[in-house]
Amino acid sequence: MENNCCCGGIEPSASDLITEYNQADHWVEGEIQTPAGRVPRVSTQLTFTDTRGAWKARWGINRMNYSIPPGLYAVGNPDKDSFVLVTANYKMTFDSLRKELSGLHVWILVLDTKGVNVWCAAGKGTFGTKELVTRISKTRLSRVVSHRTLILPQLGAPGIAAHEVLKHAGFKVIYGPIRAKDLKEFIHSGLKATAEMRKVRFTTYDRLVLTPIELTATFKVSLMIFAMLFLLNLIGIGPFGIIDFYAYMGALFTGCVLTPVLLPWIPGRAFAWKGWLLGLLWAIVVNILNGWPGIPSYSIIRALGYVLILPSVSASFAMNFTGASTYTSLSGVLKEMKIAVPAIAVSISLGIILILVNSFIVF
Amino acid sequence: MKHRYLKNVSTLKLNTEKCTGCARCTEVCPHQVFALTSGRAEIKDKDACMECGACASNCPFQAIEVKPGVGCAAAIILGWLTGTEPTCGCSDGSNSGCCG
Repeated sequence: MENNCCCGGIEPSASDLITEYNQADHWVEGEIQTPAGRVPRVSTQLTFTDTRGAWKARWGINRMNYSIPPGLYAVGNPDKDSFVLVTANYKMTFDSLRKELSGLHVWILVLDTKGVNVWCAAGKGTFGTKELVTRISKTRLSRVVSHRTLILPQLGAPGIAAHEVLKHAGFKVIYGPIRAKDLKEFIHSGLKATAEMRKVRFTTYDRLVLTPIELTATFKVSLMIFAMLFLLNLIGIGPFGIIDFYAYMGALFTGCVLTPVLLPWIPGRAFAWKGWLLGLLWAIVVNILNGWPGIPSYSIIRALGYVLILPSVSASFAMNFTGASTYTSLSGVLKEMKIAVPAIAVSISLGIILILVNSFIVF
Repeated sequence: MKHRYLKNVSTLKLNTEKCTGCARCTEVCPHQVFALTSGRAEIKDKDACMECGACASNCPFQAIEVKPGVGCAAAIILGWLTGTEPTCGCSDGSNSGCCG
């Protein structure tokens, strides 16, 4: 058996494979030879399989296993002087990088971030100094290239100490643009990033593509709520019906989709507040749909119950979107939760009591 | 449209005494919190800080201090339940909204 260990083993030869990849992966198109070993070459064209994979991940299907083997990859025909771009091994991240590299000859160093994107992995430390230093040595990078410069995505910076990388691996870190689509311009302008390239955005489209995962993540909790209401109906104390069902689904949609999409236009700053505000509008709509204030089909107690429950449901789902946003701080979310969590709990409990009381008084 | 989050919450601190004006912080900050004036960094927009910690970890002179963390409600709840620091549960299979 071959021994790749550094301590006294056989020196890796140029015929060895630097990155163990899956031969069946359609995005690998051959290998190239380097003094340190063979490196898989990747395509810069995304295929239907890549697009479908990304779509599935957005809906939470196989999202936690959507990764590629870490290691060194080639784009085009890179040589010892070519740039080295560093990225994460989440397949969607890798795809969004390679599709911007057509016509370039560069190396891609993929870190083992456990299938998580650059920014989140940097926050956890898996896209980090230690992993980078290890990966540089594992891929024998200093024998593949003769220069000592790495281009890292700017959003990888929270996990990295650039001066430590230089000290331990001898490679200088240059932070490139936030978005892969700015890479060509960055490279062509002599590794200079414009202020615009350094600014993180959170566009309506960015927010919209994040809403499917918000929705799918609520399936479990929603099913539990439905099961509980069904049980209450079964034992005869629950008056829950179709109105409650669509009222809840609307509040869920308001918190998980409407609030994220309309985020910057909703007054206020706290996410829970924004969700509560839209949820209140929804509660009013539900009551109007049921005849209020003219010929109401249910009592004021139940109408009040909806006003207490629905905005709070929206608020809690909207608050959850803080994790997907690009600008909330831990201190800020903590502050908002200290007020929002007890307020939501009290409001929902009071609302449920009102609706249950209502069902006993009216009939 | 510019997103703004809660005011006066960030734990960010800059010690200008230690700053040498290398400008790393202005490079890594995704929200342009820092600016370089007369050869030294200054905090020009503290309320835009999301406490990602990039500036502090990349400052070679330890001039920046911030308590880094994830601004994620699901992570905080997970932290409350498990009695640990808020960490993003995304890679542990929990489908919280973060890390899209």
